[in-house]
This record gives sequence, structure tokens and C-alpha cells, in this order.
Amino acid sequence: MHVDWINSIIQGVLLGGLYAMIAAGLSLIFGVMRLVNIAHGDLIILAAYLGLTVASALGLYPLTALLIVVPVMAVIGYGLQRIVLNNTLSDDILPPLLVTFGLSVIIQNGLLEIYSADPQKLDAGQLGVASTNVAGISVGLLPLLMFVTAVVVIAGLQWIFYRTALGRAFRAISDNQDVAQLMGLNKRHVYGVAMALSLAVVALAGIFLGMRTSFDPSIGGGRLIFGFEAVIIGGLGNLWGTLVGGVILGVAQNIGAQINPGWQVLAGHVVFLFILAVRPRGLFPRMTG
Amino acid sequence: MADPLLTLTRLDAHYNDFQALFGIDFDIAEGEVVAIIGSNGAGKSTLMRSISGLITNGASQISYRGEQIGALRADQIAEKGIALVPEGRQLFPSLSVEENLLIGGQIGRSGPWSLAKIFELFPVLQERRDQASTSLSGGQQQMVAIGRALMANPDLLLLDEVSLGLAPVIIKSIYDALPQIVGGGMSAVIVEQDISKALSVSSRFYCLQEGRVSLEGESGSQTREAISRAYFGV
Repeated sequence: MHVDWINSIIQGVLLGGLYAMIAAGLSLIFGVMRLVNIAHGDLIILAAYLGLTVASALGLYPLTALLIVVPVMAVIGYGLQRIVLNNTLSDDILPPLLVTFGLSVIIQNGLLEIYSADPQKLDAGQLGVASTNVAGISVGLLPLLMFVTAVVVIAGLQWIFYRTALGRAFRAISDNQDVAQLMGLNKRHVYGVAMALSLAVVALAGIFLGMRTSFDPSIGGGRLIFGFEAVIIGGLGNLWGTLVGGVILGVAQNIGAQINPGWQVLAGHVVFLFILAVRPRGLFPRMTG
Repeated sequence: MADPLLTLTRLDAHYNDFQALFGIDFDIAEGEVVAIIGSNGAGKSTLMRSISGLITNGASQISYRGEQIGALRADQIAEKGIALVPEGRQLFPSLSVEENLLIGGQIGRSGPWSLAKIFELFPVLQERRDQASTSLSGGQQQMVAIGRALMANPDLLLLDEVSLGLAPVIIKSIYDALPQIVGGGMSAVIVEQDISKALSVSSRFYCLQEGRVSLEGESGSQTREAISRAYFGV
């Protein structure tokens, strides 16, 4: 009996890695340019379909397809930011919300048109069913790899943010756009690079999501909510907090499912609302305003 | 006089419907230090924002080394070698002291200024290089702001009210550093409310009043009364 519980907690922790990957790109964009990207979830699904097309057209394993999907998504991100989203940014927070909402609708319908509404899955092959035994508990290799990837992604973003010239530019622009431009930073370009980075992470999240579960064009919105919840639980502007937020969400969902399969998603939302009520700024807030 | 480094020709500047500058004519030569004085709201900071590109103007209204730069963005103007120390210092709170200086140098223009040279000029910053810029005193923050601008190795340095809100002894130490800064042939525009300070470090001055040049001349040439009249408009 209690082995089941421990098992579902471990599965929840590992699932939290995926949520953290979904959330990290969201958090990055909000941190740098105060843009809430409503299309983030749909971009993840777009990446999954891109992975599907690349994998089947070239006969590649989904993880190998990342070599193509990650750069393609990064280029899409840069272009999207320079051509569309930069024009929506001002002191008013509403235009980017509306435009990314429209983008979300466009992506969903575009995917529906091309791929139909049939659920698809990326074939993970042996890795999808392989597992290792840790102290009597069987842990799937794919979820484990997903979690390790999430930790590496967050450590990498953290390193970029606090140890590189690019991260310095991100933080400076986030602090004060005008003065950052006086330093010779072209904010339109820096924003483009931030979105490219965000969508590179989206590509990773999309491929792992597609290997883990089936997906169809409509499920982006649900993933977006998990991403938001992980960011808010962890505290705005704190990437390691986002990982903790993702883990809390994943564990809550799996414990909920253990109690009653119908409570999986609900349990996650309840824990999120509880934390929001007790700690409105999240567990480890770093950003004000 | 040598060819001017920077020339403003009938420069107007607007904030939405509000016109802040009216037909400013101004020039500064290579290696020259020029003061801009005027009371609060006379348009001094607006003039600095126009030159540095934070306010865009008609292309022909600002020319730099013979090139029309009035319509360029701030980052493009920074690359041409014009650096602004903004009013109120405006350091990046998320960046440490050293990072604030490094980001000033990220344009990559070559010249005499480097992190080591800034630390030589303001030794206290070296001791505090890893601290958050917000943890410094006002005077030290001003040193960071000046150092950040110098890191870009500009040919023209714009200093906007560097003495604002600082104790007299700190102001003196900052102004004492000025000869070392402009000694290398750098030009500087110094915006000040303190008239005697401004006139003592500059060779020429412009006085602004309600967005117009009310008086200009060599710094030693005008009587106190003429300057007061131009300053206060009485």
C-alpha cells in the first residue's frame, strides 16, 4: 500500500520536471520583457508536431529530432519577436496579451488544419517502457531523463542569466530599458534573443511531452495553466523556485490521482490555490512588481 | 575654432503635445568642455535626452562628426561614441557594481578606459565591486554611473546633474576627478544647476530658459548679473 504512495510521489517529482520546463520559458519572457505569452502552451504543441514531422520524414528518433526542432523553434521565436511581438510592447500590458491570445488561436487552428484532431504520439521506443529499480521502486527511464533535462535546462538558464554578458543584458533591460539602450543595447534584438531562448526550451518541453503522452492541437491551453501555476508557486523571477513549483504541482496531481483518478488535475489546482492564498507572491519570490 | 564635434541646428523637442525645446543652436569642439546651466524645467535634461537619442528628433537637427544623427536610436548613438551619465544616476539595481561597469563597456569601443582604469580613478569601487549597486552611498553610485559611461570610451561625455543630491565634499571629489577624465581629449557637456561650479570647469557655457538659449559665451566673460538675468528671466 504505502509503496504505491511513495511511487506516485516519485512519479510526481519526475513529472514536475516537465512542468518546470514548460514554466521556465514562460518565466524567462516575463522576467525580461513583462510579456505574458498566452500562446506558450500552443507553441509547445507546435514543437511536438514539428518533432513528429521531422521524426517521421527523416526516420529519426524523437530525441535526435531535437537537433532540428530546437534551432527551428529558436528561429521562429526570434522572428516572432522582431516581426510581431516587439510592436505590442509598451507600458500597457494588454496588447501583448491580446496578440498572443490571437496567436494561440491561429496555432491551434493551423495545427488542426494540417494534422487533424486525431491524437498523436512520438514513438519513444524502448526508452518509453524501460525502467530502473531504485530501492524496490521502479522508476521509468524516460521520466527520469525528463527530470534530469529539466534540471540541466534550469541550471543552464541560471548560468546564462547570472554569468554571461547576454544575461547581464537581459537583467539590465528588465531593470531600465532607456538606460540599457544608452549602453548600446538594441532592445528589439535582445528581446528577440530572449524569445529564441524561450522557444528553444519550448522545443525540449514539446518533444518530451509528446514522448510521454499523446497530444492533439487543443491541449496547449491546459499545459499553459500548469506552467503558470509552477511559476507562481515557485515565485516570480526565481528559476530554481520554478522547478520546485513544478515538482509540487506534479506531486499534488499524482497524489490526487492515487486517491481518485478523477482528481488528478483538480488536486494540482487546489494546491496551487492554497499556496496562492497563503503565500500570494509564491514560495521563493525574487522579483517585485 | 576647429570643426565642431557636435552641432545642434534649430533643435526642437517634444513630449507628446508638450514642446520642451525651441530652436536650440549649440556646438562643441573636440576636447572642449561646455556647460549648460539653467533652472529646473529649463530643458537641460531634455537636451541631453535628445542628443543621446532617448528622444528622437529630425535627422538634420543633430550632426556629429558631419553625420546627421538626430533620428537614430539611443543604442546607435552610443556606438558612435556619445555616452550619457543620466540625471539621478539610474544604475541597474539587478547588477553588481562591477556588472554595471562591464555593461557600459559592452559596446567594445577601444580607448583608454577599462575596468582597471575606473578602479584607479575611484578606488572605493574596487572594494565594493561585488556588491549590489543599490547598497552604495549616493556619491559612490554617481561614481559608478560616471565609470559606466566612461567604459564605453566615448568621444563625447554628457554629464547630467552629477552633483544633484550629493554632499558638497562628495561633489568636490567628483569634480576633482574631471580633469583626469577629459584630459585625454574627450569632450564633455556638463549640465549643472550650480552656476559657479559649472563655469569653473568649462570653457564656454549656454544658459537655457524655458526651452530656449537665453545666453551663451565664454565661461569667464559674463557678469553675474547677466547670467542671473538669463537664468531666472528677471
